[in-house]
Amino acid sequence: MSDNLLEIENLRIALNGDPEQEVVKGLDMEIKPGQTMCLVGESGSGKSLTALATMGLLPKVLVPHAGSIRMKGEELLTATPQRLRKLRATAMSMIFQEPMTALNPVARVGAQIEEVLEFHSDMSQSQRKRRAMEMMEAVHLPDVDKMYRSFPHQLSGGQRQRIMIAMALIMRPQLLIADEPTTALDVTTQAQILSLIRELREEQGTAVMFITHDMGVVSEIAEDVTVLKLGEVMETQPLDQLLRHPQTDYTRDLLRSVPSHVPRAASPDSSEKVVLSTQSLCKTYGGSGFIFKSREVNAAQDVSLALQHGRTLGIVGESGSGKSTVARCIMRLIDPTSGQIMVGDEDIAQMHQRDLKARRRKIQIVFQDPMRSLNPRREIGESIIEGPLNFGVPRAKAVERARELLELVGLPASAVDRFPHQFSGGQRQRIAIARALAVDPDILVADEAVSALDVSVQAQVLDLLAELQKRLGLGILFITHDLGVAAQICDEVMVMQHGRVVEYGPAGRVLGDPREEYTKALISAAPGRHWDFANFRPFSESGRAATSAPPSA
Amino acid sequence: MFGYIVQRILAAVPVMGFVALFVFLMLRLTPGDPAAIIAGDTATPEQLQRIREALGLNDPLHIQFITWIGNLFQGDFGTSVISGKPVIELIAARMEPTISLALTTIILSVLIAVPLGVIAAWKHGTLIDRFVMLISVLGFSVPVFVIGYLMISLFSMQLNWFPVQGFRPIGDGLGQFLHRIALPTFTLTLLYIALIARITRTSMLEILGDDYIRTARAKGLPERLVLMRHALRNCSVPIITVIGIGFALIISGVVVTESVFNLPGLGRLTVDAVLARDYPVIQAVILLASLIYVVINLLIDIAYVLLDPRIRYS
Repeated sequence: MSDNLLEIENLRIALNGDPEQEVVKGLDMEIKPGQTMCLVGESGSGKSLTALATMGLLPKVLVPHAGSIRMKGEELLTATPQRLRKLRATAMSMIFQEPMTALNPVARVGAQIEEVLEFHSDMSQSQRKRRAMEMMEAVHLPDVDKMYRSFPHQLSGGQRQRIMIAMALIMRPQLLIADEPTTALDVTTQAQILSLIRELREEQGTAVMFITHDMGVVSEIAEDVTVLKLGEVMETQPLDQLLRHPQTDYTRDLLRSVPSHVPRAASPDSSEKVVLSTQSLCKTYGGSGFIFKSREVNAAQDVSLALQHGRTLGIVGESGSGKSTVARCIMRLIDPTSGQIMVGDEDIAQMHQRDLKARRRKIQIVFQDPMRSLNPRREIGESIIEGPLNFGVPRAKAVERARELLELVGLPASAVDRFPHQFSGGQRQRIAIARALAVDPDILVADEAVSALDVSVQAQVLDLLAELQKRLGLGILFITHDLGVAAQICDEVMVMQHGRVVEYGPAGRVLGDPREEYTKALISAAPGRHWDFANFRPFSESGRAATSAPPSA
Repeated sequence: MFGYIVQRILAAVPVMGFVALFVFLMLRLTPGDPAAIIAGDTATPEQLQRIREALGLNDPLHIQFITWIGNLFQGDFGTSVISGKPVIELIAARMEPTISLALTTIILSVLIAVPLGVIAAWKHGTLIDRFVMLISVLGFSVPVFVIGYLMISLFSMQLNWFPVQGFRPIGDGLGQFLHRIALPTFTLTLLYIALIARITRTSMLEILGDDYIRTARAKGLPERLVLMRHALRNCSVPIITVIGIGFALIISGVVVTESVFNLPGLGRLTVDAVLARDYPVIQAVILLASLIYVVINLLIDIAYVLLDPRIRYS
């Protein structure tokens, strides 16, 4: 018998077991005891399916119809449901991407951890409680007594992921499968969870199958890396080897697409006129109520910014920082509490909705999730011309313009009569951009507009935005949580925290030489900041990293 | 929580006020003169006039309304125009059969429907699932009186297991009570099984796709616990809502079932009162029904808070 903990051999998973519709196509992988293996790939690569197949948790329609998954020599694909239930939590455990939804919302978190012991140990109730609290200590949760009795919604995302980890590791399994466990978390929280996983791995000797799409995260946690594409293994290499000497074109492309944390050179002209500015913009929630006054929350406080024609201002921050609140106030999707919003030379902050209508064509927004922001039952052409029609453009002219716009964003003009589901995520975001441009705005607000996209697609959409900006002279207000993305597209950057502006200035200065503690903390938490992925080497080996702009890929 | 309940009770007051006004106006606007009905075909105009006066029907509308509301606050719901008995007595006499039927029906339906719905969702797409759906389509589409007469013909006439009609209060002994209320309960239950099983199945199907169900399975929990502890509890909000509304519906009028089985319940009281233009009775019954709705909705909302810790009213 080999000394491997997990052996996956020629794993084939197909829709309804039909070999014509394979989604995992003959995957081989080995994990040794205590090893951390990263599975990297874009959406559709089959990385999550491989993990679910190992756990025996594949949805019914996806059938592993060939190959083998062995845990310490024991075949898992043909194991009985009873046997699998026994192995889960004791031999192998899994944590998931969305800590927000992975816990039962109506059960106390302590009870949810204890439940594992209820079925996999013969501890008494008091022993179980003691062990659960020990484990909560081990994942560094504060105030364990109180937290034990909390419900999931009372905890932050990071705390919930800690609960998940405590639950997964309480029986000391030899294998932890982590499926994008930090993707939904803020960078600083992400850094903490990654270090927690590293710490527990060393303490317990657990092997980790770590699934991610993020090369930065890979560089922080992996020992070995398997790169997947469309259900096939591209290559498997030790981390350093992979980052320095990728063997396949696919891996090279993947690495080149990683947004570098080195800010790009700012657009040269900084004397252009200001198209959008805010003065002391504030948004307060709450403070009213029928009998009992609700608590006031300052979602945005005293935000002053200025965006110039043809330039990009990034608002960077973690969840709850107020960055989206600012964007929504500027769009007047929500009403600001006080302050000014100057679009051109008009203050729209308190303008009546009726008067706003005419101003809306000057400023348009692109949202994060193009699947949900395009009406699924309308042809995309209809979605694109809706704005112009509202402003009185004749239909024929609007349709013609829609076709031009589609070509402008890199799609065929003939796509106008197709529906959103017929496009990929990246294409849908291009459509959303075309829709925003249909009324010839001066200002484009992009609210996490590339966050839901795979890195290679993300890079393309960022290029598209930059090109459109050059051609149309758009002022772009770019809201993002991703410092790498901000570094790639912004001329100026505003860092926000808890509704307040922390730091605001040229992107090169703020990201390259931050002055505020919080900005420094954000930057140092960003995964993979030591690696110059696009040049296949660490920054420490590439001379003066902070100033050298990456080559255009 | 306490503040919330007080707030809800206060909010119910204007609702009840609007209902009272609405009922009052609707009745006055529908054609038909109660005095003429009471007096009979042979009455002289003088007799009619005297009856109208006695009933206060000659007063202006707003005076009639204020008098009525004022009396309500003193606990006086008026006197039936037809029988001459106080309305409150009439209603009290009809409460027991109706509430009994509502309770037996809801309890039996929940006991059958919730497990059916859970199993149907768990075995989604299989024969069991289709069987449950078939029952639920039948329950919705076969009219209650058809089921009622079928039940009577089979269980009473042919098998002679249950009496054809009538009601015995629970005070006469549980056996007697159940024996009489069994058939009407079965009759109504089919509809409520259909309703509750369907909503249970639908919400379970949705919940079973949720991430925490996957987490529960990843912990190695047996399916029974995944279903009961993690899934069903999260479905309880829609299920409780349907149960509550179903209960209110039965109380405020299961005329057909009460007629088929000759149960002296509220539904029949209402119909008789409407046919006879017995204003005081109609007004009181409708007010009572809306009060029941308000109370049940409040109970449903309180149940939400108890069942789902995320729901907090401030």
